[in-house]
Amino acid sequence: MTAYTLAINGAARTVDVDPAMPLLWVLRDELDLKGTKFGCGVAQCGACTVHLSGVPTRACITPIESVGARAITTIEGIEQTAVGKQVQTAWLSIDVAQCGYCQAGQIMAATALLSAKPKPTDADIDSAMDGNMCRCATYPRIRAAIKEAAGLPTGDARQIGGE
Amino acid sequence: MASKPDHASREVSASRRGFLKASAAAGGGLLLSFSMPGLLDASAQTGGGALNVFVTIAADGAVTIVSKNPEQGQGVQTMLPMLIAEELDVDWKDVRVEQAMADAARYGRQATGGSNCTPTHYEPMRRVGAAARLMLVRAAAAQWGVPEASLRTASGRVHHDGSKRSIGYGELAARAAGIAPPDPASVSLKNPKDFTIIGKPTKNVDAPRIVTGKPLYGIDVSVPGMLHAVYQKCPVFGGKAVSFNADVVKAQPGVVDAFIVKGNGNPEELLDGVAIVANSWWRAEKAREKLVVKWDEGAGAAHSSAGYAAGAAAFSGKTPEQSIRSDGDVDAALGKAAKVVEATYHYPFIAHGTLEPQVCVVNITGDKAELWTPSRMPGEARAYVARALNIAEADVKLHIVRAGGAFGRRRQSDFVAEAIAVAKVVKKPVKLLWSRADDFQHDFYRPAGWHHFKAGIDSDGKLIAFKDHFVTFGEGGRFAPSADIAAGEFPASHVPNFALGASLIPLAAPTGPLRAPRSNALGFAFQSFIDELAHAAGKDQLQFRLDLLKTARTGAPGNFDANRMHAVLAKVGETSGWGRKLPAGSAMGVAFYFSHQGYFAEVAQVAMSERTFKVEKIWIVGDVGRQIVNPLHATAMCEGSALDGIGSALGQKITLENGRVKERTFADHPFIRMSQAPKVQVDFLMSDNNPTGLGEPALPPAIPALCNAIFAATGKRIRSLPIDLAALGA
Ligand code: FES
Ligand code: FES
Repeated sequence: MTAYTLAINGAARTVDVDPAMPLLWVLRDELDLKGTKFGCGVAQCGACTVHLSGVPTRACITPIESVGARAITTIEGIEQTAVGKQVQTAWLSIDVAQCGYCQAGQIMAATALLSAKPKPTDADIDSAMDGNMCRCATYPRIRAAIKEAAGLPTGDARQIGGE
Repeated sequence: MASKPDHASREVSASRRGFLKASAAAGGGLLLSFSMPGLLDASAQTGGGALNVFVTIAADGAVTIVSKNPEQGQGVQTMLPMLIAEELDVDWKDVRVEQAMADAARYGRQATGGSNCTPTHYEPMRRVGAAARLMLVRAAAAQWGVPEASLRTASGRVHHDGSKRSIGYGELAARAAGIAPPDPASVSLKNPKDFTIIGKPTKNVDAPRIVTGKPLYGIDVSVPGMLHAVYQKCPVFGGKAVSFNADVVKAQPGVVDAFIVKGNGNPEELLDGVAIVANSWWRAEKAREKLVVKWDEGAGAAHSSAGYAAGAAAFSGKTPEQSIRSDGDVDAALGKAAKVVEATYHYPFIAHGTLEPQVCVVNITGDKAELWTPSRMPGEARAYVARALNIAEADVKLHIVRAGGAFGRRRQSDFVAEAIAVAKVVKKPVKLLWSRADDFQHDFYRPAGWHHFKAGIDSDGKLIAFKDHFVTFGEGGRFAPSADIAAGEFPASHVPNFALGASLIPLAAPTGPLRAPRSNALGFAFQSFIDELAHAAGKDQLQFRLDLLKTARTGAPGNFDANRMHAVLAKVGETSGWGRKLPAGSAMGVAFYFSHQGYFAEVAQVAMSERTFKVEKIWIVGDVGRQIVNPLHATAMCEGSALDGIGSALGQKITLENGRVKERTFADHPFIRMSQAPKVQVDFLMSDNNPTGLGEPALPPAIPALCNAIFAATGKRIRSLPIDLAALGA
């Protein structure tokens, strides 16, 4: 067991855990931050996406010892960023969620995308969001909500043959 | 005022009074009747009142409506209260939704599945609201000394136009709660043209909690002193646990206990396994890496997908073991046909892959148990717990939590049974959580199947004979769960000579419903083969189907209304611009399917590039009756269902080898991703029929529409799923 002081959503939190414990389980079971979800444990679904210094990261494969001084932002703290707040607002406006289980991860990935590219193309959305599986397949609404948060027209404007 | 829908509270206090009797009527409907006057309860002491078990109105006018059924993403938690609120005549913005506890005596059957919530609740829930409204009207009539008939309601107020008086529901609630509830069957309902909530796009009441990461799901529940458990079952179905390296496992950091649990042999309840209990789930899961179990694998170890395929092939050309339907003389008609088409179709086992793995939190105290679990049949789970602990059902408090998806899963009590078994031993609250590998390896799979089709077309291009020898799973003439087929399977009764028979292969793996059970597989096989027939007939794919739907009917008609299907099919031809010029490499495919009382026709457009393809767009037209309750979630269900179907066709397959499932991860059994998801256009065709549900029926046609589009683009016929163009030499 090792003590770590983590910067989570702007606050310092101290935990005393196994250095190998993934950030996901530190957040969920040690710090009672249940918004970050477990879907696969092997970086294949994106449900556990958090930001480390703004970079979207799979918390399920991130040992706590590797976090260091990087600022951790989770779904519970994303509204503190202007982009995060816009994304949450767009998610409500478009009513994206079905079961909702993937959506924390989707919002974290979308916020990272829009922070890096405020006016993303459809191709940008495809590549930034492909690691975040939505079992309910809410993709059309995720796409629309990202565009709404970006202030772009929300229609699916992808070109298809003959149309 | 706690009136914002974003403050949907989680559950109803068990102290609320008032009774409602519910019984399943013949035909699956729900009959509701109030059996006892709603007595005043705690909320009444503040001046408000409970009007029935679903509706409470506070003195300040805040309306609380209970949503009775489990929510898995279909929107029932929003939709059921909408139905009540409409007839109660309140503004939706003033409604707060509470999730019911599992309590069939109060709420009636609380299952979500089979796209059944809309058809079974559309009228009963409206009657609940109308009955509560009538109590408020009667309270106002008594207060003012005016006839009931002189009063009207709107936006949570009762109006007496004669005297220009009006009064808020909140001010009437205490008095109304003391009025004998009317028989819901006797109350009158609104004219749909006066609806202010039903038919209006209405947002998910839980959405504000979802986007802020509030604890909502079973996996999020914590109980003081709770331990965490994993449960390792035998990888071979039906295997028994003999022994394990307890010393090693118990010595792992954080492990509190590890032990063998003996199952009851019922995969829907409890199978043998080794429980590892630790102070965190991660510790329990880490300790499992060191677990070595000696299993008695049993007869299941001899089962394999390859063996099943060989078994199915052996039935080709044989007479089916059982006849399901026979109209006319199919063999004679085939003998006279101008063209005979023959093909075998196959689809694999597939898994549900709910993103939230199976989970249950249980706290047993003395002869009482409290549970939090995403079961979609909480009544069954509660009954199981009472049986397993030998306690009264009334002493089992089961919290219905939002489920991280279900897709047909979570009807079984297996994860509940495992949690109970572990908690009984450790005598502490327990959270039992499955890993992703557990979930893939111990699902209730969509059964695989094979169809040996043969059909005949006359010289005019008309279908005159159709024959299917369906090979599926089961034993002793009985089909495995969700492996059966109905005698009305289209084109039954639309072709004069029709024969449907089945043969069964014994199966080791458990099967069960998966979103649009049966239909998700049969739609692919039948609508793809019908596409082959259209080509053989030299007809347009869409026109051939329209003609088939217009064919004079023979034999038992079943409950399929060909005219409704004809209408949606014609409509999707219009919305998609069927027949329009497409660039080289692009093509469209069409299919229709009737399931869960919904009529759906879909067109898919694909674009070929190199050796691969992209699904560009899918057009959906559905007819689910005269009313779409919540257009926002209705279209969401259609989008999700169609994309789910396409995803399954693109890559999903569960493989049995030596009795064990090979697939363990989302990489092994992928679900659709953002970059694969085509554009989707959804249109509804309104028809004068009772409203039906949308959790499933848009799924089945998506798969054959896609496969038929691939054929149109490449000339390669997809007769086996998942789609493997390379194997076809494309
Ligand atoms: S739980 Fe981390 S990617 Fe799936
Ligand atoms: S909303 Fe259910 S997994 Fe995305």
